[in-house]
Amino acid sequence: MSLSQPALRIALYEGAGAKKLSGAARFETLKTLLAQGCSVRRAENPGTAAVWVGDFDAVTNAPESATLRLPLNEPSLAEAVETSRTKVHAAPSGQWKPWFPVIDYDRCTNCMQCLSFCLFGVYGVDADRKLQVQNQDNCKTNCPACSRVCPEAAILFPKYKAGPINGDVVSDADLEREKMKVDISALLGGDVYSLLRERTAKAQSRFSKERDADKALAERQKCLTKLAALSADIPPEVLAALPSPQEIARRAEEAAAKARAALAPLPNA
Amino acid sequence: MDATPRLLYCHCQFAQVLPKETKEAVLQALCEAGVEFEAVADLCELSARRDPLLKELAEGGPLKIAACFPRAVKWLFAATGSPLQADHTQVCNLRVETAAAAVQQLLHGELLPNLPAGKGAPPAI
Repeated sequence: MSLSQPALRIALYEGAGAKKLSGAARFETLKTLLAQGCSVRRAENPGTAAVWVGDFDAVTNAPESATLRLPLNEPSLAEAVETSRTKVHAAPSGQWKPWFPVIDYDRCTNCMQCLSFCLFGVYGVDADRKLQVQNQDNCKTNCPACSRVCPEAAILFPKYKAGPINGDVVSDADLEREKMKVDISALLGGDVYSLLRERTAKAQSRFSKERDADKALAERQKCLTKLAALSADIPPEVLAALPSPQEIARRAEEAAAKARAALAPLPNA
Repeated sequence: MDATPRLLYCHCQFAQVLPKETKEAVLQALCEAGVEFEAVADLCELSARRDPLLKELAEGGPLKIAACFPRAVKWLFAATGSPLQADHTQVCNLRVETAAAAVQQLLHGELLPNLPAGKGAPPAI
């Protein structure tokens, strides 16, 4: 899935050389275009739109190659849009995953609990070792587990059903509830980073690696199961799709290394 | 900078989190009012794609946005490296507002900035 292409940008044009549309015609046209995943500018100035849609007169300053003349009714307008989309190399409609975390940096304390917890490599850090979402496509649809482990309610999923994960205001009661629900350190049996450091040391032998793999799987299963029981919103398929113990161990080490590196003192500090 | 707020409408096309009747009533009102506005299929998609339209919108002066929670909208823009201007942005939350209240805010009310104030800045993209 490529997220490098912008959405198709369309002007619903009613400027010089085109007729004014009725409110009803605008509404129906807009609904069709939005259902096709387009961004639409309803204005006399088409701005930087790649495609113009309008009820054009015979002589117009609209670019002929990128003009869709109304009236085009469903499904012909939708089909014409798809043809234009290909011509201008805009993003295909629907080719993205509407489920990914968004970080509220007003609340985030850079504690790296989400990075340590996520087994799917969604999180990383930037050059300044600040947490960021790096691989949003890896996120498991409808799974808000990382936002549940965040002690500051700093991770949003805008499509989530309830607050504060959906972006609603975070209340003191929410924070207390979040703390009661999950303390990942407690779930892992103490200070998570000490534990991760300890695990790295143990991983130097093959025996320790195998032991850690089992432990890592158990920890993640325990944590996810507890989250599922508490909030009843971790999709069963996410629980069922946990990778093998070896893979979990590898990913946990990878995430822990990233978190450790992000939290370690700077050389000149 | 033009002092007249521009209008942005999000259709939340790819999830059912905005009530259909609310968003359609708001879209219809915008269409019938004959005003200029930008309509996007889904702000989340534009954020995921780091679509340059978000930068144009964020940097273009006063803006009223019909979408969802102000905190979510704020950080969807910020995630693309195009933070909204807190003093010049009002978000009308279609998840909780009635269509009538939303239309009143968008078309008739003065701009009342309501992004959550904060200290945070997203990492450089």
